[in-house]
This record gives sequence, structure tokens and C-alpha cells, in this order.
Amino acid sequence: MKLADTIQFASGSLRGSPTRTLLMMLAMSIGVAAVVVLTALGEGARRYVIDQFSSLGTNLVIVLPGRTETAGIGPGLMSGQTPREITLEDAQALLRSHAVKRFAPLTVGSATLSRDALNREVVVLGSTSDLLEVRHMGIALGRFLPAGDINDATPVCVLGNQMKRELFGNEQAVGQWVRLGDRRFRVIGVLASQGESMGMRTDELVIIPVAAAHQLFNTSGLFRVLIEAKSRDAIEQVVHDAEAIMTERHGGERDVTVITQDAVLQTFDRILTALTMAVGGIAAISLAVAGVLIMNVMLIAVAQRIKEIGLLKALGAPGKQIRHLFFAEAVLLSGIGSVAGLVLGYTGSFIIGQVYPMLPVSPPWWAVLAATMTALGTGILFSVWPARRAAKLDPVAALAGK
Amino acid sequence: MIELQKVCRTFTVGDQQVAALRDIDLKLDAGEYISIMGPSGSGKSTMLNMLGLLDRPSSGSYLLDGGNVTELNDEQQARVRREKIGFVFQSFHLVPRLTAAQNVELPMILASIPAEERKARVQVLMQNYGLSDRADHKPDQLSGGQRQRVAIARATVMNPTVLLADEPTGNLDRNTGWEVLKLLEGLLENGITLVVVTHDAEIGARAQRQIHMLDGRIVSDESTQNEPK
Repeated sequence: MKLADTIQFASGSLRGSPTRTLLMMLAMSIGVAAVVVLTALGEGARRYVIDQFSSLGTNLVIVLPGRTETAGIGPGLMSGQTPREITLEDAQALLRSHAVKRFAPLTVGSATLSRDALNREVVVLGSTSDLLEVRHMGIALGRFLPAGDINDATPVCVLGNQMKRELFGNEQAVGQWVRLGDRRFRVIGVLASQGESMGMRTDELVIIPVAAAHQLFNTSGLFRVLIEAKSRDAIEQVVHDAEAIMTERHGGERDVTVITQDAVLQTFDRILTALTMAVGGIAAISLAVAGVLIMNVMLIAVAQRIKEIGLLKALGAPGKQIRHLFFAEAVLLSGIGSVAGLVLGYTGSFIIGQVYPMLPVSPPWWAVLAATMTALGTGILFSVWPARRAAKLDPVAALAGK
Repeated sequence: MIELQKVCRTFTVGDQQVAALRDIDLKLDAGEYISIMGPSGSGKSTMLNMLGLLDRPSSGSYLLDGGNVTELNDEQQARVRREKIGFVFQSFHLVPRLTAAQNVELPMILASIPAEERKARVQVLMQNYGLSDRADHKPDQLSGGQRQRVAIARATVMNPTVLLADEPTGNLDRNTGWEVLKLLEGLLENGITLVVVTHDAEIGARAQRQIHMLDGRIVSDESTQNEPK
């Protein structure tokens, strides 16, 4: 019997009982669709989180003072002193690494921001003009900190969006003077509203030049240095160079911690991928259930078509051919079922994407492949027994319908 | 060309052994017209199934065209059935979802014959058996006589050497039954060997060779000279 004839005969028997066939395909397609939609959701969540993280800046490397050891005794304890601070000169020395594209030093403190009778306690960020690029911030009005000598303590400030509203309302803010602690600063810009990121509401910040911040808080140490690597591949080089430069400048002592945004990202990535797979796996159980359903219906089909099987044997079909016919039926059922399921799943994902536009919903290719394979696999696996049963029927008894 | 040697067939019913065939020795020549008669339970259907390779003897051997077919495996036996044996059943056994033409085509599909040749052969047969205008009808749209004619067309489409008919007129009224029988007898002209199992003495008497069975044994085997009417 030729393959084309086998398929035609099998599809003929499927069409012979349309209700049964449709129900089985429905079960199969719901299983596949469930896998596709659920993994699409999981993948969407993963990409959403990663996008959020990436919006903080790309290829970021963060240097912070002090060494965080995961084991053993820290160097501070050994030498009996607190870790040395990172100075502006240290930060500038980082530019010696070719892998560094730009950097932004950060000093953080809090001070009272006041204008006339209005005053408010604010977080003050001391940095340089490059912070705008490094942290992917946006300017709503005016301009950001001026470029120039890092040691210039120009008395200018950039207000967070909320600060501007609280102090100036609808009035013109740029060009006005405000008071930070005991110093006067001229407002040169207002940040675009950005919401919360990395645990800091940029809307409630005031940003001033790093040198001015040092004077204001009377320190010389930096809270952090944000470095943007030239490319994703350069990140490792930056980490290595930053550690080497800092160690060299701190008298051979490694007393800084260098972390990468990538490392944090990868952790999230792993967690969310595992979650997606788990959800997909649970959905795949419905596919296995559909497989059992196929087996059940196939067994019934063997019983119902026992005379036909007997006849085929009498007409000269060997057991092998009978087996192939039932096998082909199962493959057709699960094949068409999974295609229908894919259509259903993609449609569902599309609708979810329309309802929640911020969620980048799209089923990952591996889930689509796995769902289709599982559908075909279970269909085939669970048809083996019924097919064998049909093939082994005694033709005389089968013809008599026994 | 068909030879049964000491063929026995026993069934196990519960814990009892029931012999359906006991030491059957039988030789059939090509082109013979044989009727097998006997009361129900005499083993005539088992005999037919044995001849058609649907059943295997418990002991003894079956030689077809000189070869021992009892030693063949499932696939080889299926091939012999496909190429040398045609079956006509009392209850027709047409596949209900296939049309008359598709039912006739079925053995050729199993034999991997190309579609164009299948179509041509089906058309010729349907015409010969007066079924041309019924080719696209499903079995439930056909009369009993038409159904049996479709079944005969199916049994002969592979040009078998032996045609085994199990009560071919059993489900038909008298007139239709005669028509079907004449159709079967007409095949003898092509040199086919025709074996008809029946409990109807009138039908059995039409064959040149009449075998009577009782309790799994052949009790009489007579050849008469009467030509088919």
C-alpha cells in the first residue's frame, strides 16, 4: 500500500466519524494553544523585566567602595581600617581603560531644598554631564549639567520633575535661584518624568555638579561610579580594568566592588526563563491528557471498525498495514490538531498583546516546537497500542464482529 | 492445485477442545466448481476460512500451487490472499463510508497498484456487472443484489485463481440470489476455481463437485456431470 493511499484511507476513516474527529482535534489543539499562550505570557514577562532593566542604561558597570566578600574576613577587618574611599581622581583614572566609553561619578546626600518660604528635604545627587547618557535620563526643560572640568563646583542644579512642581508650580523654573542647605544654586534644567528605577525616584531628585556636592556635604568620597562599557563584549574588560586601576591606585589593595548590570540581568533572565518553562510544562500535561484521549478513542475505533479490519485482512492487508493505517490516523489527528492549536495559541497571544500593550507577548520558538512535538509524540505514542491491537485481530473473529 | 493434507483445526472453548475440522484430506483442481454443504457446526465455514488462509490449521498442511502456505508468515499469507484468493461473504462486508467504486478499488490499493490503472479496472468491472450508474453510491443506497455484485467485483478485481463464497445468497431473496449465483458461475469461464459454501441443497446441487460435511469430517464427495444451468 502506497503512503499517499494510506493517508487518504486514514483521512477517509477520520471523516467517516466527524464528531469524534473534531472533538479529538479540539482536545489536541487546546493543549497546544495552552502551551503557546502560557509560554508567550512567561516570555512576555521576562522581556518586560529585561526591558525595564535595560532602560537604566546599557552595558553598565558599577564601582562601589568597600569589598564585599562572600566568604572569609574582609580586608578592612584584617588591617583594622575602613575601606578607602573612591575619589574623583580615582574615577577619572578609570578612563585609562580603552573599554570604558564614559563614566559618571555619583555622590549622594540629603539636604533641604528651599525657595522663599517653601522648603523640602531632598536627595541630592552629585554627578557630571555624562550621567544623562549613562543612566538614560531625559530632560524636560532647560539643559543638564554643563560639561567641563570635573572639579568645577558651578552652583547650578537640575530638578526632578516633582521637585519642580512642588517648588515652582506652573511658574518658570529655569533661571531661578533655589537654596540647597546653605548654598544658592541656579536651576538650569528639569528632568523628564521617569518614574521609579533602581530604587530611586528620579522625580524627587536634585542633581548638582559632583564638586559642588562634595563641598555641600563636605566629603571627598564617591558613593558609586557608573561606567558605560563601549560594547556588551567590553563589559568583562571594564570589570577587569576597573579592579586593576583601583587596586593600583589604592596601594595594591582591592578595596572596591565592581558589579555589572549584566550579572543582575542574567539572574532575572534565568529565574523568568525557568518560570516560563515550568508554566509551559504544566500546560504540556494537558497535551498528555489529550494523548490519553486519543488512545481511548482509537481503542473504541478499533472495536467499532472490527469488521472493516477483518475485511481488510481478508482482502490481503498484512498486520503491518493495518497498524500503519491506525498510525496514520493518529498522526493526522494530532498533526491537524496541533496546527489548529498553533493558530489558536498565536491568536490568543495576539489578543493578550492588544489588551496589555506594554507586555511584549510572543511565544518563544522552543515552546512552539516543543508543543508541536509533544502533540505529535503523544498522538503517535498513544496510538501504538490500539494499532497493534487492531493488527493482531484474528480475521475470522473480526469478520464476525467478535 | 489446492491440497489439504490431514488438516485438523481445534478451538478451545472454555477448558474444552472442540474440533472443527478432523483429518481433512482434500484436493481441488483448477477451474473446478465445488459446493460445500452441511448443517451449521459441521465445519464448512472453518473449511472455507482455511482455504482462504484466514485460519491456520492446528495440524496438517495446506499446499497451494505446490507450495506449503501454512509455513508462510503473516505478510506472505496476506500477499497470497491478495493475489490468489477472492472472498464473497453472506453479509457483503462492504465498507459503509466508501462508494461502490471505492469498495471495488480497495484490494488494488492494498496491492499498491497505481491510481490510473485502478480507475480503469474498476470502470471495466462496474460496466461488466451492470453497476456503472451506481459507482458513486454508498452501500446503504444500494439494493442487496447490487451490494453483492459490488462485493463480487471487489473479489475478482485482482483476478484471483480461487473464489471463496460463504453463503453468497444467504441474505438475498430467491430471484436476486439466482442472479448472483449466475454471475459467480460465469466466472468459471475464465478458469477460476469456485468454492461455494451453502446449506441450501438446491444451490449446492448446481456444482459439479459436491462435498458434504458433518462434525468436521467430509462424509461424501461426489462429482456429477451436470453443466451449470
